[in-house]
Amino acid sequence: MTSSAAVVTLDHVSKRYGPAGTPPAVSDLSLTIPAGEIVVLVGPSGCGKTTTMKMINRLIEPTTGRITIDGEDVMRLPAVELRRRIGYVIQQVGLFPHLTVAENVAVVPRLLRWPETRVRDRVEELLDLVRLDPATYRDRYPSALSGGERQRVGVARALAADPPLMLMDEPFGAVDPILRDRLQNEFLRLQAQVRKTIVFVTHDVDEAIKMADRIAILQRGGILAQYDTPDAILAEPASEFVSRFVGADRGLKRLSLGRVRDLALTSPTTARVGEARADVRRRLDEAGAEYALLLDESDKPIGWIERRDLSGDDGVTPDDATPGSPTLQPESTLRDALSAMLGSSVQLGVVVDEAERVLGVVSVDAISEVLRAPAATVR
Amino acid sequence: MTEGEPLFRLDWVLQHLDMLWQRIGEHILVTVIAVAAGFVISFGLALAVRRYPFIYGPILAISGILYAIPSIALFVLFIPITGLSLLTAEIALVSYTLVILVRNMVTGLRGVPPEVIEAARGMGYTDRQRLWRVELPIAMPIIVAGLRIATVTTIGLVTIATLIGMGGLGYLIVNIGVQRRFPTATITGVVIVVLLSTAVDLGLQLLQRRLTPWARAHEA
Amino acid sequence: MDFLAQVLAWFTDPANWTGNNAIPLRLWQHLSLSVVSLAVGVAIALPIGLYIGHTGRGARFAVAVSNIGRAVPSLGWLGIAYPISTGLFQRAGIGFLPAFIGLVALAIPPIVTNTYAGLRAVDDELREAARGMGMHELQLLMRVEVPVALTVILAGIRVSAVAVVATAPLAALVGGGTLGAYILQGLALSDEVRVFAAAVMVALLAILTELAFAWLQRRAVSPGLAAAGDASWVEPPQLPAGPAIVPS
Repeated sequence: MTSSAAVVTLDHVSKRYGPAGTPPAVSDLSLTIPAGEIVVLVGPSGCGKTTTMKMINRLIEPTTGRITIDGEDVMRLPAVELRRRIGYVIQQVGLFPHLTVAENVAVVPRLLRWPETRVRDRVEELLDLVRLDPATYRDRYPSALSGGERQRVGVARALAADPPLMLMDEPFGAVDPILRDRLQNEFLRLQAQVRKTIVFVTHDVDEAIKMADRIAILQRGGILAQYDTPDAILAEPASEFVSRFVGADRGLKRLSLGRVRDLALTSPTTARVGEARADVRRRLDEAGAEYALLLDESDKPIGWIERRDLSGDDGVTPDDATPGSPTLQPESTLRDALSAMLGSSVQLGVVVDEAERVLGVVSVDAISEVLRAPAATVR
Repeated sequence: MTEGEPLFRLDWVLQHLDMLWQRIGEHILVTVIAVAAGFVISFGLALAVRRYPFIYGPILAISGILYAIPSIALFVLFIPITGLSLLTAEIALVSYTLVILVRNMVTGLRGVPPEVIEAARGMGYTDRQRLWRVELPIAMPIIVAGLRIATVTTIGLVTIATLIGMGGLGYLIVNIGVQRRFPTATITGVVIVVLLSTAVDLGLQLLQRRLTPWARAHEA
Repeated sequence: MDFLAQVLAWFTDPANWTGNNAIPLRLWQHLSLSVVSLAVGVAIALPIGLYIGHTGRGARFAVAVSNIGRAVPSLGWLGIAYPISTGLFQRAGIGFLPAFIGLVALAIPPIVTNTYAGLRAVDDELREAARGMGMHELQLLMRVEVPVALTVILAGIRVSAVAVVATAPLAALVGGGTLGAYILQGLALSDEVRVFAAAVMVALLAILTELAFAWLQRRAVSPGLAAAGDASWVEPPQLPAGPAIVPS
């Protein structure tokens, strides 16, 4: 899919909720958001990050200053027209409960009065894009979806009219950490395809580091504390505030900049359900390994089997495996990978592709290699 | 309305204060009997539901059907059995209070947090002590809320009882006001009913605050 | 048994099927009065409820309307409408008109209250999502708020409809005919059969109205919302939906 991305500029933008004299929510903020990049606005609560984002689609109107999208002043367009050209994803997703998945995705195209056939085609395309099978999901209502599925529909809905710019307000804030990691990875994969300009708000530094091409750290009153790449911010925090905000474990956080795909994957000894135990034992001996990874018929991992649990002669069953730690994806950060591995009985991380097929495993050693390397090589 | 008759004649009201008080008295009496009987029956049903939760569905269904029958129809449906009597009127009125009272009582009792019940058990309350000293006090605001609605509804419905000869404020509205085309009586009757409902509603609200001082903090 | 046989005989008596006291005529009076009153009530109350619910302005007004609706008895509406109607229209103000005015007044409060409450209960995140996607306020109201609140809005109309059908018999008191005429005649003549037969018809009409609206609700409300609030037909008609009844 090809589409354009927009450059967004904020030029001395301020927002004051009270009368003149009251402390501003955002003060004199200037920022250029390059086309096709993910810019994360991050900061403690009350730092004006959400206000800043909402001024771009005019859900909140700036008190002073100018905001442009591709050079065009947002105040010159009627608000509703502007918003139809900007994708918008919020934390609670806000799917309309009375509309089906397809109808939810079609909201903006229908507001724009696209012909029905075009709307239908677009809905199919988008559901495919967010990896929801159209035949299965098209006619479901939001109440029948899991949290992750809702989030994906929300993203599809925001992308519906192919907007050059997307605003995302803590889009993964309401889901549990494991699901959040998956959704983040999925989204990064999606972004690699669509290359939109994305303004992303979060209060979570780790999420910011993982998602961002650039991070804008705001402090109370909407003052820009630092605006740079994650690497630069971690390497050289511009102020005391920034270094406290990103935390004392900056070294460890740098792990969030590296991805599992940067590591060399190794192939584990595998076993399949129903296979004779003796065969598996033999393969473990040949490889000199203690554990085998049990796979189901579609190559999805079930869990690890220890050599001493492989006595006897009958076939391997799924019950033999210790359910493993959460699986990793190529987009997972090294930090997430490390914590997953430390939680696993075998200290190995299983990396899977989009269809959950095993790509290989990574070890704690591989990550410590990276930790020892100088900063520049992380990315 | 006869020609030249004014909409409201204060002198008539002042001349008939005794009669008005009598009608108010009748109205209150019929109301109190209905609400009291409804309360006792509902309380019994709510306790039964507390012990045997499965009967709640059928009880709600039956009282719901009674509630769905229009009051005018319900007032006269029993005439062939109980005649033009107070009992006929009360059967109808009590039926209407049931669905409101049972529902609120059960909701109130079920709304007691499980940890509170657990704690009461742990401290050695018997089932009966737990009901009277823990569950009912906690359920009180919702029960009294139901009582307020039931009472106000009943005060309104009692006006219709005049059709079967039970007097009350409906007598002013219908028998004097409408049938003799004398609007003063109608207006007086309606105003007194509204004042009575409002006063009783406020009174019960105050009662509830007195009974449940701990709930005051929750009120906006 | 004997009594029920008499009731049946009353229904089959040809004398009750012709003339100016015929069952079809009384039914027609009852239904036309109810439908017209409800329609006008909806036409007045729905826009008010939608405005207050959407803007949040005038919430006090909605609460006041709902309180008045609760405090004034159904008989009271007709009682007050009668002198007003005769005062305004003299002799022409007897019959249909006072009953109509009274029933319209009776129909308004539940619709205003439920429409307001239904719209207010719509999650703010839906409003934010709708505005963020570029809906006009009217689009937000008609495409999001009303469909999501439809169960509660229709419940309000249902309560009004049942109350109107159930109160229409009182129109007989002001010369408006309806099935209530039989009840008044029967009470005056001590004809219990006639009273009972009319009461049964009134009860059936009310229950049919209830069922018709329950059906409409199932048809009109999106299946996506079914889990959220399915009001079954045993739901008491004059009460707000929900587990406990708390005065506002």
